[in-house]
Amino acid sequence: MSEPRPTGALSNVSLARRAWNIRRKALQMGEVQGQGYVGQALGIADVLAASYFHAMEYRPDDPEWEGRDRFLLSIGHYAIALYAVLMEAGIIPEEELETYGMDDSRMPMSGMASYTPGMEITGGSLGHGLGIAVGMAMGLKRKDNPAFVYNLMSDGELGEGSTWEAAMAAGHHRLGNLVCLVDFNDQQADDKSTTVMSAEPVTDKFEAFGWHAQRVDGNDLDAVVAAFDAARSAPEGKPRVIVFDTRMCKGVPFLEEREITHFVRVEADEWGKALAILEEGKPQ
Amino acid sequence: MTLDSMKRKYEPRQVIPKEKRQATSAMIASLAAEGYDTVAAPFGHALVDLARKDDRIVGLTADLGKYTDLHIFGREMPDRYYQMGMAEQVMVSAAAGMAREGFVPFATTYAVFASRRAYDFIAMAIAEEYLPVKIMCALPGLTTGYGPSHQATEDLAIFRGLPNMTIVDPCDADDITGMVPAIAAHPGPVYARLLRGKVAKVLTRHKPDYRFELGRAQMIREGRDVLVIASGFMTMRALDAAERLAADGIDVGVLHSPTIKPLDTETILAEAGKGGRLVVTAENHTVVGGLGEAVARTLLTNGVSPEFRMIGLPDEFLEAGALPTLHDMYGISTDRVAEQIKGWL
Repeated sequence: MSEPRPTGALSNVSLARRAWNIRRKALQMGEVQGQGYVGQALGIADVLAASYFHAMEYRPDDPEWEGRDRFLLSIGHYAIALYAVLMEAGIIPEEELETYGMDDSRMPMSGMASYTPGMEITGGSLGHGLGIAVGMAMGLKRKDNPAFVYNLMSDGELGEGSTWEAAMAAGHHRLGNLVCLVDFNDQQADDKSTTVMSAEPVTDKFEAFGWHAQRVDGNDLDAVVAAFDAARSAPEGKPRVIVFDTRMCKGVPFLEEREITHFVRVEADEWGKALAILEEGKPQ
Repeated sequence: MTLDSMKRKYEPRQVIPKEKRQATSAMIASLAAEGYDTVAAPFGHALVDLARKDDRIVGLTADLGKYTDLHIFGREMPDRYYQMGMAEQVMVSAAAGMAREGFVPFATTYAVFASRRAYDFIAMAIAEEYLPVKIMCALPGLTTGYGPSHQATEDLAIFRGLPNMTIVDPCDADDITGMVPAIAAHPGPVYARLLRGKVAKVLTRHKPDYRFELGRAQMIREGRDVLVIASGFMTMRALDAAERLAADGIDVGVLHSPTIKPLDTETILAEAGKGGRLVVTAENHTVVGGLGEAVARTLLTNGVSPEFRMIGLPDEFLEAGALPTLHDMYGISTDRVAEQIKGWL
C-alpha cells in the first residue's frame, strides 16, 4: 500500500535503514541482557520493517486506534524483535531499550499484551496467534472495519494442530482481511524444523485450505515488499499467507556462519563485535 | 473404573440386577422428568432475549449448536452465529479475538472438551487477558451415560485453578435464564455449566421469590438439623431428599451456591457457623477440587468447624450406562443423598 499514512511520524527513511535500525536495537537489547533471541530478530528484521513501514496503518501515539492494522506476535520469544520495531515506529520510547528483560520493564523476555503498548496478544504458548487472528478478523468484518490482521508465526508453529484448525476456519469463513506471516528460518528448539517435523510443502497446504499463498526470500526487501502488496490485493474472500524463508542472524556474518541453533549463544565480548560489523553495513 | 473393574472386558459382570437394567442415557433430558415443570432450551432463549438488547453478543460453537441449545440463537440471529466446526481450540481462540474487537462471545461445547482439550487456549488467550468470553458447556459432571469421554467430572477443579475465571453451576431453568444476562454484564471470562433440552424449574417451586444472583448463595429451604450446601442439579437432589427426610422428622436446610468461584464465603460462613447442624456439601463433580473442597477450605481457614461431610462423585473414571443407575451407584440420586444424610446423623 502506498497511500499517505494518517500520521507524519514515519518519515521517508529507507526500508533498508529501518531494517538495519531494527537489527541494531535488537543487538543492543541482547547486549543489555547478555542473551536473547537475537538470531530470530536479525532474521525477521526485513519482514518487520516492511510490515511497519510499508504495509500497515497505525498511529504511534495511539496504539489502540480503532482503524489500525492489527499485528499479532504469536511467537512470544520474538518479543525482542517486536520491541525493536515498536521503538523504531515510535510506539515505545527508545529510552526504555536498556530496561529490556529487567525487573519492572515494559519489555519482558516473552511478549505479553498486558505489558507493552503495541503488543496485541500474549504469545509464547505457540499455536495461539492464528486462532485469535481468526476471531479478530471475524470481529473486524462484523464491524465493517477495513483493517487487516497480521499474525506473525514461526515454522515450528506449523506443527501445532491449532494452527490448522485456524487455517481451516479462516478459509471457511472467507477471511480476506487476515494475513499470516510465517518466518521459515528452519529452526526450532530441538533441531531444524524440516528435521523435527516437516511441514513442507507449506504453501500447498495453505492453498488446500483455501488460502492465497506466497513464498519469498524474507531477507530480500524488494521481494518482501512485493509479497505484502500482492497479499493485500489478493482476491477477496481468501485469507493470505506469506512464507518468508529467512536466515537466522542475518546481517552479522560471523553469527550467520556459527552453528545455528534456536537460541544462539553470543559471548560477552561478541556483542560489541556484532554491533561493529553491523555498523559497517549501515545503509543510507 | 478401577483396575479391578477393567476385568469386565473378559468377565461379563452382573452388578445390576437384571430387572433393574436400563438403556444408556445420552442426554440430560432424562434428569428433568422428576415431578417438576420444565422449560425448553432456556439458555438459547435467554441469549436471544439478551442479544436483542445488546449488539455485542455473538455466539460460537464447535459443532454442538444443537446440543447446547445455541441453535435457537443461530436460528434467530444467523449473522451473529459462528459455526467453528469440530475444533474447540480455534473456537475459544476466535472467541478471544472477537472479544478483543469489542464483542461479548458466548462459546459452546461439551464440558469435557472445553476443560480438557481447549484448556491452554482458554488459559492464555482468554483468562490471562481477562477477556469477556463466556464458555457455556453442556454435559457437566455425570449427565450422560457415555462414559469418561463425555463425563466432565473434573471440569470445576480444572477451572477453579485458573485465575480470573468466574464459574457458575446452575441448578435449573430459572438459574440459567437469570445467569445469562448476569454473566454477560460481568466484565471478565466465565465458565458456566449448562443444562439443555427440557430443563426443570426447581428453585421457584421451593422458594417462589428466588432469583439468580451472580456470586451469591441463597437459602432455598431452612432446616435445623442439617445444612446442605449444593450447586447444579444437586441442589434439586438435596431439596427432594430434604422433603423425604422431613417425613422421618429430619429437618434439612438447603443453601444453593450456583457460583463456584468466587464463592459466596460470607453466606456460607454465616450459615455453617450457626452451629448444631451437620454440614454436607453436594455436587455433581468429583470430590476432588470442586464445591466441597472449596467450602471445606472456607470453613477451616475461618475457624468454623461443624461436623462436615461431602457428597460427590468418586475420584475415578466412571461407568457407562443409564443415568438413574449411575446416580444411584455413585451416591448422587435422591435416594442415596437421603440415605447418606440419615446415616451420618
